[in-house]
Amino acid sequence: MRRFVKTAALCLALALCLSGCGGQEAAQEEETLSLTNVSYDPTREFYAAYNEMFIAGWKEKTGQTVEITQSHGGSGSQAISVSQGLEADVVTLALEADVQAVADAGLIEEGWLDEFPQQSAPYTSAIVFLVRSGNPQNIHDWDDLVREGVGVITPNPKTSGGARWNFLAAWAYGEIAYDGDQAQIEDLLTRIYQNVLVLDSGARGSTTSFVENGQGDVLIAWENEAYLTLQEYPEGYEIVTPSVSILCQPSVAVVDEVANMRGTQELAAAYLEGLYSPEAQHLAAQYYYRPSDQTILQEYGDVFDLNIQMTNIEHFGGWAQAQERFFADGGIFDQIYEK
Amino acid sequence: MEQQRTRKKINGLVVTAMAFVALFLVLPLIFVVVQALREGVSAYVSYITEEYAVKALILTLQTTVVAVAVNTVFGLFAAWTVTKYTFRGSKLLTTAMDLPLSVSPVIAGLIFILTFGRSSPIYPFLTQHGIKIVYAVPGIMIATIFTTFPYISRELIPVLSAQGRDEEEAAALMGAGWLSIFKNVTFPHIKWPLLYGIVLCTARAMGEFGAVSILSGHLRGKTNTLPLHIEILYNEFHYTQAFAVSSILVMLAVLVLILRSVIEHRGRKKEM
Amino acid sequence: MNAKKPSRRAIPGFGVSLGVTVTLVSLVVLIPLCSLVVSAAQLTPAQFWETITRGRVLSSFEVSLVCALTAALINLAMGVLLAWVLVRYDFPGKRILDGLIELPFALPTAIAGITLTSLTVEGGWIGRIFAPLGIDIAYTRLGITVALIFVGIPFVVRSVQPVLEKLEGSYEEAAGLMGASRGYIFLHVIWPELRPAALTGFGLALARGLGEYGSVVFIAGNKPYSTEIVPLMIMSQLQEYDYGEATAIALVMLAVAFLILLAMNAIQLRAARRAGG
Repeated sequence: MRRFVKTAALCLALALCLSGCGGQEAAQEEETLSLTNVSYDPTREFYAAYNEMFIAGWKEKTGQTVEITQSHGGSGSQAISVSQGLEADVVTLALEADVQAVADAGLIEEGWLDEFPQQSAPYTSAIVFLVRSGNPQNIHDWDDLVREGVGVITPNPKTSGGARWNFLAAWAYGEIAYDGDQAQIEDLLTRIYQNVLVLDSGARGSTTSFVENGQGDVLIAWENEAYLTLQEYPEGYEIVTPSVSILCQPSVAVVDEVANMRGTQELAAAYLEGLYSPEAQHLAAQYYYRPSDQTILQEYGDVFDLNIQMTNIEHFGGWAQAQERFFADGGIFDQIYEK
Repeated sequence: MEQQRTRKKINGLVVTAMAFVALFLVLPLIFVVVQALREGVSAYVSYITEEYAVKALILTLQTTVVAVAVNTVFGLFAAWTVTKYTFRGSKLLTTAMDLPLSVSPVIAGLIFILTFGRSSPIYPFLTQHGIKIVYAVPGIMIATIFTTFPYISRELIPVLSAQGRDEEEAAALMGAGWLSIFKNVTFPHIKWPLLYGIVLCTARAMGEFGAVSILSGHLRGKTNTLPLHIEILYNEFHYTQAFAVSSILVMLAVLVLILRSVIEHRGRKKEM
Repeated sequence: MNAKKPSRRAIPGFGVSLGVTVTLVSLVVLIPLCSLVVSAAQLTPAQFWETITRGRVLSSFEVSLVCALTAALINLAMGVLLAWVLVRYDFPGKRILDGLIELPFALPTAIAGITLTSLTVEGGWIGRIFAPLGIDIAYTRLGITVALIFVGIPFVVRSVQPVLEKLEGSYEEAAGLMGASRGYIFLHVIWPELRPAALTGFGLALARGLGEYGSVVFIAGNKPYSTEIVPLMIMSQLQEYDYGEATAIALVMLAVAFLILLAMNAIQLRAARRAGG
C-alpha cells in the first residue's frame, strides 16, 4: 500500500514537472510579431515554403521579425473553428463558401471577395482523374465513368467541401454534352455515383482507398492532390484530364475582427498580397497549384493541361446558390441517392 | 499450442482467446509497425524526433496527466458514494457519470464549442478576462477529462458493489471516520481495480482524437496533440510518417502497461 | 445528515462524497450537455421531427444500432473469455496478451480505421482469406462491426477481470467436488457473480460503438442508406453549419445511449443491494 502510494506520487510529481516546463516556453514568445494562418489540409508544404519567403521579405522591408503559426484541417471544420473563436489573422480555405461562413459569423467584413485580385484566389486548381498505370479501363472523360464495371472513388460532397467541386465538374460536363437537358444530366450524375465504390469523408481518405487499398479504377481529385500522389508513387498511376473541368478557387481573406483586435491588419494584408507576387506564384506552381497570374501559368504548360475547358463557380450562380441547389438537404445530390 | 497450464485443463478456451487477440490486436499492431518502418529505420528515427512531433508528444503527456489526476479523484469519490450509501437518484447519478461514454466524440467537442465558443453567452466575459478555453490548451484538457471521465469510477463500482458494505459498517460502528474507513478498509480492496482504471484512463486519454480535434484549432506546435498531429500528417499525404508517429503512442501505451505489471507484481508479492 | 437514517447510511461521510461527486458531474458533464439541449431548441418540434425521421437519418440509426449491438455482443462473449483465460490460466505470453488489451484505446482512432481497412480489403492480409469465400469485409456493415469490436475490446475484459480476481476458486472447487459439470458451474456459480461487471462492460462497449466516428469512417464506405453511421450524419450537418439539426440528431443518439446505460446501472445496483443486504 505505501509503496503503491509512493510510486503514484512520484509519477504525478514527474508529470507536473513536465507540465511546468511546457508552460514556461509559451511566455517568451511575445516580442516578435505573430500571425496565424488557418488553412486546409494539402497546403502545408506550400505555406511552409511561402512563410519562409515572406518572413525574410518582411524583415528586409521593416526590420521586424514575424512568427507564423500554421493550422491545417478539413476546410469546413477549420471555418467552424474560426467562426467559434479560433484566433486566425488570415484564412486560406478550399472554397469561397467556407470563407463566407466565417464572414457570416461576423468576423470578416463584407466585400472580402474583391479585396484581393482574382476574386481573392491567388492560386487555383482543376478537377482531374487519377487512373492506374496504363489506364487499363480506358478512361478519358466523364462519360467513361458511367460504364459498367468502372469503379469510381470520390469523397462525399456532404462532408468534404473539396468534393463539391468534383460534383460540379461532372455537372458542367453534362451541361455541355446534353445541351443543358436537366433530366439527362441528373441521369449522368446518378450513374456516376452508382459506380462510386467508397464515399470517403474527405479527399485524403479517398486517396487512401484508391492507392493504399486498391479500390476502384479512377479517383476524382484536385489536380494538386493528384500530383502529390504521383510524387509519392511515381510508378503505378497517371493523371487524365477530362475535356471539361471546373476552376477550383481556394479563397483567402483577412479575418478583420481578429486582425483589428491584435493589430495585425497591415501584416495580414501584406501576407496575402504577397501570394500574388511573381515569386510566390512560381512557388505555388512548384506545389502543383495553378498560378492565377496567367503569364506565369503559361510557363508551366508542361505541368498543367492548359487546353482544358474550364467552367467556374459563377456559372452556377456563385457558391450560395450552388450549395442550396445541389448540396443542401433534399438538394440534387440527395435526390440522386433517394432514387 | 503448447502450454504449461498450472491450473485447469481446458485449452480450447486459451486457444480461442489467443486467436481472437491475434486477429484483432496483434495483426493491426504488426501492420502499424510495418507501415512505420516502410522507409527504413533512419527515416523512422527522423520522423519521430521531428520538432512538431516532440511538441505534440509533450502536450499529450501533460493533457493525460491532468485528465488522469482529475478522474482518479472523481472516480474514488463517485464509486464510494454510489456503492456505500443508499440514496434517491443514485441510478440517475451513475448514469449521468457514464454519459460521456455514450456521447459521440464529435458531439463531445461540439458541446464545449457551444458552451465556451464565440456564440456562447459567456464568451464576452471570457475574452474580457483574457481566458482562453476553446482552441487553446485548457479546452483540450477539458475535452480529454470529459471523454475519459467515467473510466476509473466504472472500474471501481463493480468491485465495490461485489464487496458489499459489511466491513465499512462494522468500522463505522467502532467509531472510525469516513476517511479512515476509506483508507484502511475500502482502499485495500480496490487497489488493483484502481490501477486498472488508471491504466485504462491513461491509454484512452493519450489516444483521444475526436473531441479534441474539434476543440483544438490545430495550431501547429501549440495545440496539436499527438493523435491530431498524426491525423494531419496523414491528410498531408505523409502516410509513412503518420504511422511512424503512431508507433510512439503504441510504445507509450506499452510503457504504461509494463509499469502497471511491475507495480502489481511487487505489490502482490508483498501482500503474500 | 447521515444520522437521520442510520439503518440506510451507517457509514459516515455521505455529505462530502456526494457533494464532490455531484459537483464534478455537473461541471464536466451536465452543464456542457445543457448547451446541446439549448442548441437543439433552436428547431421547432416539427423541424426536429422532420430532421430525425428523414430516410437517410433513420437508416443510419439502423446501421449504427445493428452494428454496435453485434459488436458489443461479440465483445461480451470474447471479453468474458479473455478475462477468464487471463485470470485462471498460466501460459507463455500471458503477460504480453494482458498488456495488449488496452491497445485499441491508445491507437488514435483514425490510424485504427486505416489499419483495419487495409487489412480487410480484398488484397489485405485478412481480406485475402475471406475474398475467395465471397465475403467482403471492408466497406460493408461487417467492416463497421469489425471496427467497433476493435474499439470495444478493453471494456468487457477490464470490467470482468478485477471481479474474477476477487472471486476465489474455492466456490467452484466445492461445486466441482459435489460433482457439478463445468458448464453448470459456470452458469450457476460464476456467471451470477460476473454478471453485473460483464453487463457494465457490454453497455459501455455498446455506447462507445454507437458514438464511434474516427475509425468507422474509413472502413464504412459511407454509402447513403447502406453504410452511413449516425456520427457521420452529424458531421455532415455540421459541415453545412447547421448546428440545430446536428444537435437534434445528437440528442436522439444521446437519449438512446442514456437508456442503455440506465438499464445497465439498474441491473448493477440491484446486484449491489442484494450483496449489501
